Amino acid sequence: MCYGEDPEYTGAVIVALAGNPNTGKSTIFNALTGLNQHTGNWPGKTVLKAQGTYIFHGKKYVMVDLPGTYSLQAGSAEEQVARDFLCGKRLQATVVVTDATCLERNLNLVLQVMEVTSRVIVCVNLIDEAQRKKIFIDLDGLSAELGVPVVATAARSGTGLEELKVKIEEISFGRIITNPRRLVYDPDIEEAVALIEQNLPGSVKEHYNPRWFALRIVEGNQSFLKEIEKLKWGAPCEPYRISYSGPDSKNHISGSRIHNLTRGQA
Amino acid sequence: MVKEILLSELPVGRCGRVVSLRAKGMTRRRLLELGLVPETKIKTIRYSPLGDPTLFQFRGTLIALRWEEARQVLVSLESL
Repeated sequence: MCYGEDPEYTGAVIVALAGNPNTGKSTIFNALTGLNQHTGNWPGKTVLKAQGTYIFHGKKYVMVDLPGTYSLQAGSAEEQVARDFLCGKRLQATVVVTDATCLERNLNLVLQVMEVTSRVIVCVNLIDEAQRKKIFIDLDGLSAELGVPVVATAARSGTGLEELKVKIEEISFGRIITNPRRLVYDPDIEEAVALIEQNLPGSVKEHYNPRWFALRIVEGNQSFLKEIEKLKWGAPCEPYRISYSGPDSKNHISGSRIHNLTRGQA
Repeated sequence: MVKEILLSELPVGRCGRVVSLRAKGMTRRRLLELGLVPETKIKTIRYSPLGDPTLFQFRGTLIALRWEEARQVLVSLESL
């Protein structure tokens, strides 16, 4: 699950680009890196991650374009690629690209990414398209609710890309400390998570967000548990997972995350 | 009395509201992640030439679901 040290990454800032399918990730990627990775409007275009570099204020940034996913639960090859990369060490910032014309449906992934890493920037792309459709996005409000920076862009015309680069720089070098909104689950789940977190070995806490790691164990995510088995210390996980006997925790976590998102909507 | 039907039986052009999901495991999660949580308004747009999948509109997007998935979503029929 950990990415090995790639020589090309040495000394560079590593930034991931995540987002739902068809939100314009590749267009942003091309605009920032000057590369001409193929863009197109069909599902599964970017299955493997593509990477390119750009220089900003004399510093090299390696940008990794992840496949579009609705989720990080690794139900498909694309999701696993995206999840593994985001969980890996040495990632300095993650930009989650969202579609301004249907922002709500993109926020589930934003919350999931925020559970993995706090170094998140939300990029509200296709803002020109939204304006045409008379959709107004309260960027400051969104930023306050999520606790991470929000930048509006229209990648095709280049709008907002400078601001995006500035935010990436600020997050990467710790000039902005985010305060990502944390979802609180039902007490029984929180209890199990706390128990697992306490018992995670230091080597895991070094590389992963302990809360995220514990949540996946409680969830009983199959592909994740398989990955854990490959780590030397895998064995201790099993008892904790079984110690949680509530009904179908997997769906519970997913359900309450989405419920939280849509709260107050008719 | 609100009539509850399966999403797979929602006629083209009619709107419903999601009541609950009967799906379990990964299918359930998938549907939830697509945004099919209770109270979500959903409309049947059209059937594909072979009848499956069917195109639905909800949360501002068009999404095609298979019959196998759609029949696991319970919706209340919105009056015309």
